[in-house]
Amino acid sequence: MTQVNHLIEIRGLKKTYQSGDTTVDAIRQMDFFIDDEEFITIMGQSGSGKSTLLSIMGALNHPSQGQVLVDSLDLYALSTEQRADFRSEYIGFIFQSFQLIPYLTVLENVMLPMAVTGQKKKIKNQMALDVIDRVGLAAKAHRLPDQLSGGEQERVAIARAIVNKPPIILADEPTGNLDSQTAGEIMQLLQTLNRQGHTVIVVTHNPEVTQYATRTVRVQDGLCFV
Amino acid sequence: MLFLVLGLIIGISTVVTLLSITESMTVNIEERLNQFGANIVMVPRTQNLSLNYGGIDVGGVNYKVREINQDDLQNIYTIKNRKNLSIIAPKILGPVRVKGQDVLLMGVIFDQELALKTWWHKTEGNFPGQADQVMLGAQVASFLNLAAGDNIHLFETPFTVSTVLKPTGGPEDDAIISELGAAQKLLGKQGRLSMVEISAFCQGCPISELTLQIAEKFPDAKVTAMKQAVMSKMQSIEMFQSFSLGVSIIVILIGALLVLVTMMGSVNERTREIGIFRAIGFRRGHVMQIILLEAMLLGVVGGVLGFGTGNLIAYSIIPMVMKDSVFAGINMNLGIISIIMSVALSLLASLYPAFKASNMDPSEALRAL
Repeated sequence: MTQVNHLIEIRGLKKTYQSGDTTVDAIRQMDFFIDDEEFITIMGQSGSGKSTLLSIMGALNHPSQGQVLVDSLDLYALSTEQRADFRSEYIGFIFQSFQLIPYLTVLENVMLPMAVTGQKKKIKNQMALDVIDRVGLAAKAHRLPDQLSGGEQERVAIARAIVNKPPIILADEPTGNLDSQTAGEIMQLLQTLNRQGHTVIVVTHNPEVTQYATRTVRVQDGLCFV
Repeated sequence: MLFLVLGLIIGISTVVTLLSITESMTVNIEERLNQFGANIVMVPRTQNLSLNYGGIDVGGVNYKVREINQDDLQNIYTIKNRKNLSIIAPKILGPVRVKGQDVLLMGVIFDQELALKTWWHKTEGNFPGQADQVMLGAQVASFLNLAAGDNIHLFETPFTVSTVLKPTGGPEDDAIISELGAAQKLLGKQGRLSMVEISAFCQGCPISELTLQIAEKFPDAKVTAMKQAVMSKMQSIEMFQSFSLGVSIIVILIGALLVLVTMMGSVNERTREIGIFRAIGFRRGHVMQIILLEAMLLGVVGGVLGFGTGNLIAYSIIPMVMKDSVFAGINMNLGIISIIMSVALSLLASLYPAFKASNMDPSEALRAL
């Protein structure tokens, strides 16, 4: 039997937080996989462990037990600095509430992930302008974040996430602060990115978002249901 | 960050102000010393059995007076710190009989002597310009009942009194002052000198060092520094310098503490931002670079503005705290040192905050989002 290599494999995952005398099981037991170019939504209520799962998949949060393999690479066998390099190369993060740097322009925010790549400034500039154009904000490249609408800020966050051409996009509640129309536009944009070859993983508590995905993983009480 | 820059400006400007005041004081004192006569005196060595107690000379015998050879005086310009020499004023001294009275005759080079003795003011007439003219001290003019325009004979040689000095309280009050060559001829001491008064700039070379250098060239002379006035004033300046240094160190330490606290606050406020940097792939070193680069830029700004502010304050307050003093000028070397010090201070004080920022757990930082 041929072994299938999945892009992301979660094996025996557990995550426990200690808060004073209290132990919180954020993730009790999770095992699943994600293949290349899938569009996955991870759905669950607040406190279900979905954001913790996303941060673990993004090499940001060391699990208490288990393994996370990305492209056959055991993430948590790497050193801290190797994981930083991994994130730079493999992952594009879209954070909750956009999380743009308020004193940087749209162009500068999008160029931020390229600050550690060693490319020439001219090339970085062009790459950033290209992705800003792809998300439909070419005319606003030199604006500051507070001069943009919520939907526009989310597009900037998406542009920042894809500027280094990462194979995996992780989005934590990308439509949480948006109205339904704008939310729909953002999800369509993520769908387009998926069709262009990115593996997209979206964490959400909104069931409407799942219609854009190829598959949904449900999370409840620290367990996952694929 | 504005608070941090303000702290650096206050610290650097305080140091610059204190140092500028000290420098201006030093320049001012040196200028005054240069104005008020000789600070080194050279006299021939004598084997003197003079008995003197508390300034009262009860008499003595000079066994041997070897006067200074005038031709040897050129050797003074071969000392190491010859650039510190300002005025060389040689003199010949001897007694002369006028109207039946023994009076001190002093032969000088008038250009040098008048440059040295800036407190010599004439009553009427002009300072001597010819070899047959003399100048009288106030006391001797009064004693001999002479005034400008009168004729006198010294060793049967006629001279004209060109002017009478106003009283100075010094030995010149009791002297007839003539041109050096004329006095040497009258006293039979051609090419000889009784003493040399020297005015030297103290800046860059302590007076005792200059005295030693001159003494080496003239082994038969006794060279002494008019130390007392110099030393007391320079001691005051040295005390102020020590005080300035102490205050500057305290101010710098407080400045460093301020930078540290402000940077720590900045790092704490930027938890979210640092979390984002780490999440998108910045290494610990990259985060440290960001913090330290910011610290360096703030240090440069603080140093430049602090230097400017310090000079402005010094310029304003020096005339108020030191009578008749002026600002010594902008010292660019101090400017460079100020900027370097400000940058160094900012960087050192930011090391711990930068380290803390770089070691921030990205997942903890992102939980703050």
